[in-house]
Amino acid sequence: MSNRLINWFKFASPQSFYPLAGKMIPWFWALAAIFLIVGLYISFFVAPTDATQGEGYRVIFVHVPAAWMSMFLYCVMAGWAGIGLALNTRLSGMMAQAIAPTGALMAFLSLWTGAFWGKPMWGAWWVWDARLTSALILFFLYIGFIALQAAIDDARRADKAGAILALVGVVNVPIIYFSVKWWNTLHQGASVSIMKSPTMATTMLWGMLIMALAFWMYSIAVILTRVRAIILEREAHTEWVKALPEVRGESR
Amino acid sequence: MNWGSAAEFFAMGGYGLYVWGSFGACALLMILEPILVRRRHKNILRILRRERLADTFDNQP
Repeated sequence: MSNRLINWFKFASPQSFYPLAGKMIPWFWALAAIFLIVGLYISFFVAPTDATQGEGYRVIFVHVPAAWMSMFLYCVMAGWAGIGLALNTRLSGMMAQAIAPTGALMAFLSLWTGAFWGKPMWGAWWVWDARLTSALILFFLYIGFIALQAAIDDARRADKAGAILALVGVVNVPIIYFSVKWWNTLHQGASVSIMKSPTMATTMLWGMLIMALAFWMYSIAVILTRVRAIILEREAHTEWVKALPEVRGESR
Repeated sequence: MNWGSAAEFFAMGGYGLYVWGSFGACALLMILEPILVRRRHKNILRILRRERLADTFDNQP
């Protein structure tokens, strides 16, 4: 038990996480590439034409993964921020800061692809519907988190202020998820839910799930790369950073 | 197989703008983001190497 605790804290230090992240990144890129190739193949060549939406429904294969990732990454970001606030660990704040831009990107893509799906199906790029509005708020929460952290010079204080914003904003995630049930929305209800069996063709479902895995692996790879940059930026004047082979110029 | 020809594939049954507008935006941003992030990492490494070089000059007698 005590051994396990020690190991956890070992990788919670930026010094040991930096090389570990470096080793993991290529594996996540490889997984992302595999899932992307299989996912795109299913999206365009296996999944049949939809009976009511024709080929237009194929937007689903990027829309749903982006929307899921935007919500999931927000929870992970708030989780790291909360750990940082409670335990005052250095790496937590860096992780939260590394997740925010990718989360914002996913939130933006969910809105963008949603607009490109809404236009042909509903006749409007945008409506002030509960699902769309709460998803827009999620995007603004990411932007707010990034802006707040950028506005505070001291990194540890920026982490604390950002953590509070992130934790308060978590309330928005269940609102997005249940918005289609709680309010009468133009946006359709969930086709995939943990409560009941999915209401869509099996190949469409598989395409969507595999694309979601591709987006997930992509996010991890990019976030780990970004956290490595953040670790170096914040720990620039420590001995271990100065002793790194890539800083000493022994390898490039 | 859903498509008889490449033209049919790109037309997406009349939904070409919407399908390719969505996939295109995802492709563009998901290519751009890793490039920018990698550049950020390279940039801080360059700064650190320069600082180390400056340190070695400072420490010379």
